[in-house]
Amino acid sequence: MNRIAAIAVHTFKESVREKVLYNLVVFAILMIAAGLILGGVSVGINDIALVNLGLSAISVFGLVIAVFIGISLVWKEIERRTVYNILSKPVARAEFVLGKFLGLVLTLVVNTAIMTAGFYLVLWYEKGTLGAPDLAPLEAAYFILLQLTLIVAVALLFSTISSPVLSAVFTLSLYVIGNLLDDLRSLGAQSGRAALRGLLRALSLVLPDFGAFGDIAPAAHGQLIPGHRILTHSLYAALYATVLVSSTILIFERRELR
Amino acid sequence: MRALETTELTKEYRLGFWPKRRKLALDRLTLAVDQGEVFGLLGPNGAGKTTLLKLLLGLIFPTTGAARILGRPLGDVRVHARIGYLPENPSFYDHLTASEFLNYAGWLCGLDAAARRRRGRDLLEQVGLAESAAVALRRFSKGMVQRLGIAQALVNDPDVVFLDEPMSGLDPLGRREVRDLILDLRRQGKTVFFSTHILPDAETLCDRVAILNHGRLLGLGTVQEILGGSLESIELILHDPVPGVLQALAAFTTASVRTGDRVRLELAPDADVETVLAAALHAGARIISLNPVKASLEDYFLARIKDAVATAAGKGAGGGEAGRA
Amino acid sequence: MTSEVRPVPARRAVALALVAALAGSIILRLGLDREASVQAPGTAIYVTSGETLRRLSLGYEGLLADLYWTRAVQYFGRQKLAGGGDFQDLGRILRITTELDPHLLIAYRFGAIFLAERPPDGAGRPDEALELIRRGIAANPSYWRLWQDLGFIYYWDLKDYAQAARSFEAGSREPGADLWMKTLAASVAAQGGELETSRALWSEVYSQAGNASIRRSAAGHLAAIKAAEDIERLNRLLGDFARREGRPAASIEDLVRAGTLPARPIDPSGAAYEVGPDGKAALGSGSRIDLRLAR
Repeated sequence: MNRIAAIAVHTFKESVREKVLYNLVVFAILMIAAGLILGGVSVGINDIALVNLGLSAISVFGLVIAVFIGISLVWKEIERRTVYNILSKPVARAEFVLGKFLGLVLTLVVNTAIMTAGFYLVLWYEKGTLGAPDLAPLEAAYFILLQLTLIVAVALLFSTISSPVLSAVFTLSLYVIGNLLDDLRSLGAQSGRAALRGLLRALSLVLPDFGAFGDIAPAAHGQLIPGHRILTHSLYAALYATVLVSSTILIFERRELR
Repeated sequence: MRALETTELTKEYRLGFWPKRRKLALDRLTLAVDQGEVFGLLGPNGAGKTTLLKLLLGLIFPTTGAARILGRPLGDVRVHARIGYLPENPSFYDHLTASEFLNYAGWLCGLDAAARRRRGRDLLEQVGLAESAAVALRRFSKGMVQRLGIAQALVNDPDVVFLDEPMSGLDPLGRREVRDLILDLRRQGKTVFFSTHILPDAETLCDRVAILNHGRLLGLGTVQEILGGSLESIELILHDPVPGVLQALAAFTTASVRTGDRVRLELAPDADVETVLAAALHAGARIISLNPVKASLEDYFLARIKDAVATAAGKGAGGGEAGRA
Repeated sequence: MTSEVRPVPARRAVALALVAALAGSIILRLGLDREASVQAPGTAIYVTSGETLRRLSLGYEGLLADLYWTRAVQYFGRQKLAGGGDFQDLGRILRITTELDPHLLIAYRFGAIFLAERPPDGAGRPDEALELIRRGIAANPSYWRLWQDLGFIYYWDLKDYAQAARSFEAGSREPGADLWMKTLAASVAAQGGELETSRALWSEVYSQAGNASIRRSAAGHLAAIKAAEDIERLNRLLGDFARREGRPAASIEDLVRAGTLPARPIDPSGAAYEVGPDGKAALGSGSRIDLRLAR
């Protein structure tokens, strides 16, 4: 436990010193602020456009950050052989993976929190006061965070197998596919062949469902996410993260560190 | 309980896609190291020294064979609490300072915060980096990195220390310091297992050595056993000798080299030192030094490797013939 | 203080955790799917303008259009399964689809039928349908069938036979247009509202149907039109009978017994026609035809 905490804290500190992250976060907040202009242009949907743009910015930049840190922080360790320093100590490979994952998640939480705070600042500036329906974007931001947690786990998994460029490609591809699982299934439903239908349906259940966390549009209309949905989605994220991290552990335990 | 023992430890790499192309990095290596020994692993680059160390540390996995460290099989991470490792060309985290890094290493070994601080201070002192404690690692020179590497290998006060090329990147002063450190570790009763391709270092430090080439063990034993303790020659260095001196010593001389105003004479190993000295002084020579030259490990090494090559070639040709006959 | 050993059994534990978590996640997903709302899909893409989306899609508009088209069909299918609905968002989805790919003809043709069609079979928005088709024609001027669809909307949903005729006429002038477009233009002008003309139109829709939903809808309309035509014919025969016999027929059997009909006729759904209380021919009680679809 102690060792996992050590690795997690170290990973977090390392990511904090990553200059790229600062740039991305600043960019995100700028984009959100730009939402003020967008809202002013389209009559009658200031708040909606602002929330839409703000959450979209958090989601997109969050995605970039997640992929970036998920891949670079682990790949760097392996490539630069700094991982030798860790594994020569009484640290199991599983502990290394877990520590890295938790450190990355911590980074994501902090980054998302900062961007969300920036968003609320802008929203407050725009609206003057904030009321109960303004909690909806916060819930949407939480869902975005759940999504990012899964993405960083995917990135972590791929980065223990392949090069950073390939890992990024695979992670982003999985993100796109994971958003289109409904379409995958209906594609299968429209097919005549039962085998294909079954295969696509099975895939749509096994692949990570990123689309389930995309509640941005309703949030823009002040629609709160029902409590049980928050619970089920958190549970789903936890379960799927377990799948990904376990896979990473199993693979990494067998990986030769040349 | 032995500090380390390997049994037919083998590592075979598959190159590329084809099963045919394989590289045998370590071939059925069997050796044992006792506790408290300073053991040297010698061999040219690519001999398999680093491969062996990585296998022992669990960074790569053996193809066949087994090994035990302090009685524990490979793969038991618990034993890492009692060993230390300095990798070849170590690299650390650029964004940390020296003390932050040692703090991290100590944390991973299960030391509490106070112990980590103390240990970090002591170790930095010991390796001569006390003044660079707060310097970011990205600003460290190669020598400093090497020394920090040794420090982190000792953070948990290990019983067995594995060092891969500990002298690399160090200037002569640094090398001396590492030598002293290893001797100090031995004094503390620790086992030191280090690899190097710099033979003189091994000669002065090791109780026993193993000689590796192409993954195979060529020789194992004390330096004495391997070298046989015989003299190869006697080296006499004179300052600007007059021809009369050289003549006087001609009977003993097997070779001579003049460099500037010095002449280095190689005398036959069975020459009586006292007689030589008397003859030289009588002829009016100015003696700079007189040294017996033992057969060096280098010579032994080169000879063994030549043997191995010859045997392999002979096997290739002779084996064929034997087959036919 | 010392690390926990991780021998092989622990590896098995990790594998077990993986399988268990995966199973759990799948079960959860199945549960989530059940409560999936019938709201507009595409929540993962946060722009509502097709044009913006087109610019953002970096050259993959075609793919995105296909995705949206799939969603349109999915959306329609889901609403239909739920027993019909208002299809409120169908117009928007089709608009985005065609903004992404202005040449996705099936989207236009689908919209022409189901945007205009009255609820519960369609969105009941002929104005949206007209707008969609007009944009389709602008983007695909050589595809004369869109003129056909335009004319169809005027004819069927707006009952504007003059405009319908003009649309068919315009379409018939495009190179490659089928000859019947001209004929249709003439019939519509002369006999707008006649069952025969409607049947011809719907037959064309049926034979050109690029999609199962369209075909089903056209079949339904054709069946209703046939039934309506049959009823008209039966009414004529009943009238003749009444004049000949001097009394109204009590049932269709009378016509059969009188030799006017060879056998008791059945409607396309298999139910026999009957004589209603008002003495006119009507659908049998077991009929599944909806006569409203005939007009």
